[in-house]
Amino acid sequence: MAELNLVEAVNHALAYEMEHDPAVLVLGEDVGVNGGVFRATVGLQARFGPARVLDTPLAETAIAGTAIGMAAMGLKPVAEIQFSGFIYPTIDHIVNHASRLRNRTRGRLSCPMVLRTPSGGGIHAPEHHSENPEALFTNVPGLRVVVPSSPQRAYGLLLAAIRDPDPVVFLEPTRLYRLFKQEVADDGEALPLDVCFTLRAGNDITLVSWGATLQEVQAAADLLAAEGVMAEVLDVATLKPLDMETILESVTRTGRCVIVHEAAQTGGFGAEIAAGLAEHGLYSLLAPVRRVAAYDVVVPLARLESQYLPSVERIVDAVRKTMEAS
Amino acid sequence: MTSVSQFQVDFTRFLDPQGEALAPLPDFAQDPAVLLPLYRAMHLTRIFDSKAIALQRTGKLGTFASALGQEAVGVGVASAMAGEDVLVPSYRDHGAQFLRGVKMEEVLLYWGGDESGSNYAGPRSDFPVCVPIATQVCHAAGAAYAFKLREEARVAVCFLGDGATSKGDFYEGLNFAAAWQAPMVVIINNNQWAISVPRERQTAARTLAQKAIAAGIEGVQVDGNDIVAVRHAAQQALDKARDGGGPAVIEAISYRLGDHTTADDATRYRDAEAVEKQWAFEPILRLRNYLLRLEAWDAKREEQLVKECTEAVNAAVEAYLATPPPPVTAMFDQLFATLPPAMQAQLDTALRFENKQGGGHG
Ligand SMILES: Cc1ncc(C[n+]2csc(CCOP(=O)(O)OP(=O)(O)O)c2C)c(N)n1
Ligand SMILES: [Mg+2]
Repeated sequence: MAELNLVEAVNHALAYEMEHDPAVLVLGEDVGVNGGVFRATVGLQARFGPARVLDTPLAETAIAGTAIGMAAMGLKPVAEIQFSGFIYPTIDHIVNHASRLRNRTRGRLSCPMVLRTPSGGGIHAPEHHSENPEALFTNVPGLRVVVPSSPQRAYGLLLAAIRDPDPVVFLEPTRLYRLFKQEVADDGEALPLDVCFTLRAGNDITLVSWGATLQEVQAAADLLAAEGVMAEVLDVATLKPLDMETILESVTRTGRCVIVHEAAQTGGFGAEIAAGLAEHGLYSLLAPVRRVAAYDVVVPLARLESQYLPSVERIVDAVRKTMEAS
Repeated sequence: MTSVSQFQVDFTRFLDPQGEALAPLPDFAQDPAVLLPLYRAMHLTRIFDSKAIALQRTGKLGTFASALGQEAVGVGVASAMAGEDVLVPSYRDHGAQFLRGVKMEEVLLYWGGDESGSNYAGPRSDFPVCVPIATQVCHAAGAAYAFKLREEARVAVCFLGDGATSKGDFYEGLNFAAAWQAPMVVIINNNQWAISVPRERQTAARTLAQKAIAAGIEGVQVDGNDIVAVRHAAQQALDKARDGGGPAVIEAISYRLGDHTTADDATRYRDAEAVEKQWAFEPILRLRNYLLRLEAWDAKREEQLVKECTEAVNAAVEAYLATPPPPVTAMFDQLFATLPPAMQAQLDTALRFENKQGGGHG
């Protein structure tokens, strides 16, 4: 077993699957010789050759579009978008083709592709390098949206995403790439898609989050535990399709829920979870559901970044208010 | 069979690397009074770049994209522009921006993570730098259309890189501007690299200039390290566009002597020796060689110039470092013309947590 950080776990998952499935290939800008600007694909071109690890010309529209053609013809492309702020040109292809090729052809053609990208803020990157576009994709029928929160989950979920017969948007929290290491058994074991993971058990309140903000949620849960408030922490992991059952089971026990996410609040994925609780869990709620999300503002440049990202303080504050209400 | 279309792409170079004239020079190139400000502007750009990289290395600036080796492209083009023209720059074009009146401390503020660095005190109509590759070509086409519609004698001048010519926005913007015969001049800053991808793997096309021809626009190549050639071609394109002659595309061939940005390590993908060889062709040396031939330059003036530019850069750095971080309200106050009432609660939250934040966000 090796100690890996999240970006290394991505690299190992890609290498494992390329080794075991000749249909898998990687394409994107600077993914070959340079190994990707974050080094997610480092060593892959040397190992599997330039025909399976393609340094593409600079064009996200064509990266997504050619991946669809490859996928429809039996390959399993894993396309990298260099930064999430440059994923927008892919949306035409993802929405109009990848997500509906199966439906349009009654299953005759399908699109087993993965679109992976570093996502979110927290590394003081330049303009357009810190966006979190998750909610744009969770609104698209026929698409899976997956966000890993640790090296182990990145490894297992990426393998599952590549093996999945349908298109997956895989958003890797940039801030976690090198934040910490974990033991990852590079054994090709995938984790299940479409389920939430319980990171911490507690009976007083349910904290629901995914990706990078689970760092702040866990830190908040530690602080709250010292005050005697035992929070249950759920990692949603696959935003779509959403495992509402696990969330409802937890909230039925705790009666309280705070949802935390890094993307902007309005139309954010937290609203979907809150709506699910209103529809199916209202009678078990002891307090209104709260959201801690980014403000509905343009992602600021680095000097205001820490004021923008949901903080431990904001989460603790929301939990205290939720605990006080009854 | 009959041939219905043929094309040709011309390449222009006036000065060879030793500063010797290869062809009769345009008038301006005979006049040291015109050339010396260009020489200064290229030096200033290079000194600014090395200072900015030093700031980044010591944690005082964010990621930065230097123009090392490409100074003649930005300076040559911007020096041919009229004040009322509009610059639509990419992220590596501060050399052009300085000539337009953008302040060095503004550029530092931008890369240092403060949006106020894009609120240029000088050229109020120039666009901010464009990071999403090639999208700016469409903006330039739209700006040019606005000038045409209002019958203003202005030109939109757009910069992009060699890699950027692979993107649809580039072709689409060219096609629109040509269909509209709008006054747009596009400068392809071909520095041979798009991060780790060399020009030959970006496209099978023999030149980037020929991509213009498919849109019905004349495309020419110039030696981008020869500021005389760059300025001359830019002047011709600007004059033509201003006179209603429609858009133009200039491919300026240069070389990225530095890393892509401070976040990049070019030794991973290119041979240091090949880069070393390119230093013989760099633009400042070339113009200096020519000025020496004209007897318009000497070592003493060189020393004086470097000193003066260094002082100007240092003053800008001080102004930048003395600028306090923006208040949290800055995230809200330019979101819309007036803050919608629905946003007030979020602003209140932001104010309540101002400076009490930062847990875990290094
Ligand atoms: C749409 C988009 N995709 C990817 C990037 C990331 N990126 C920044 S610069 C760059 C290479 C650009 O190369 P080129 O156009 O030749 O310009 P240069 O940087 O060499 O000046 C890439 C891929 C981006 N900024 N925008
Ligand atoms: Mg380039």
